[in-house]
Amino acid sequence: MKFGVVTFPGSNGDYDACHAAADAIGRECVYLWHKDHDLKGCDVIVLPGGFSYGDYLRPGAIARFSPIMNEVVVHAKRGAPVLAICNGFQVACEAGLLPGALLRNASLRFVSRLVTMRVENDSSMFTHEYYKGQILSVPVAHGDGRYTADPDVVARLEGEGRVAFRYSSTGGDVSDEDNINGSVNGIAGIINAAGNVLGMMPHPERAVDPVIGSTDGLGVFHSLLDGVTA
Amino acid sequence: MQLYRVPVQIIPRPGILDPQGAAVAGALRSLGFDTIADIRVGRFITVDVNAASAADATSAVRSMCEKLLANPVIEDFVLEEPTLQQGGQS
Repeated sequence: MKFGVVTFPGSNGDYDACHAAADAIGRECVYLWHKDHDLKGCDVIVLPGGFSYGDYLRPGAIARFSPIMNEVVVHAKRGAPVLAICNGFQVACEAGLLPGALLRNASLRFVSRLVTMRVENDSSMFTHEYYKGQILSVPVAHGDGRYTADPDVVARLEGEGRVAFRYSSTGGDVSDEDNINGSVNGIAGIINAAGNVLGMMPHPERAVDPVIGSTDGLGVFHSLLDGVTA
Repeated sequence: MQLYRVPVQIIPRPGILDPQGAAVAGALRSLGFDTIADIRVGRFITVDVNAASAADATSAVRSMCEKLLANPVIEDFVLEEPTLQQGGQS
């Protein structure tokens, strides 16, 4: 299985994503330049964290029209996996790969720390290595992570089990207190209807090494390894 | 072709929590502006566009809003009347 990480101008999570793919799970990983039109035969595309185009206009709004996004959308429409992390989640929403949008954190503060989140879906290609209700410790680093969508969209996400992760206490409770950015229903990550695009604000690729305090993000990568044929 | 300036207001949709607006309202109230009922913070963009007519200018900027300048999930946009500018292509 080959990973491809898109580098937009302003990406800063691309090296972390390649570190996770190449060093933590030992798979080939290449960088894909935003101006290229070639996914280089990659099986999994990662849209990484960062501040593409300086978050000008809206986070992800300009990156979504990068040349390579045409190919990423085709890749996703084929049913191939796209892992969209943080700014990548914003780009994926802007590109219509995922429903809804990410707004300024309700606190108006940039939040950069380890948070706890609860696994809500343990059957997707990104999450089947976890179990439902499992509590993960994963870092976040964002100012615009408040997930929002029309009420009928949220109801569909909830009803179809497409909420992947929810901010929670270490005991697994979901409350306003643990909702770090004011997301609707404490949503930290969602999956598209076809099940092959995961968008999440927390950074699983930054939780793959004990040295940073958590390896809880590894499950996303191990799930992909077991669930996708090379 | 003439050069038109089309101002665009982009505002958070009703029902979308606007913490910036709430923070600004709070600051103004603390300054004594206690008649404030609500504040919404949006974005104001001016687009200078070459077009054959004011209607064409409006139509072009509407497309720009739909495609990039506004996100319909969270924002509404309002186009103001185009004004003729000096220096258009002829």
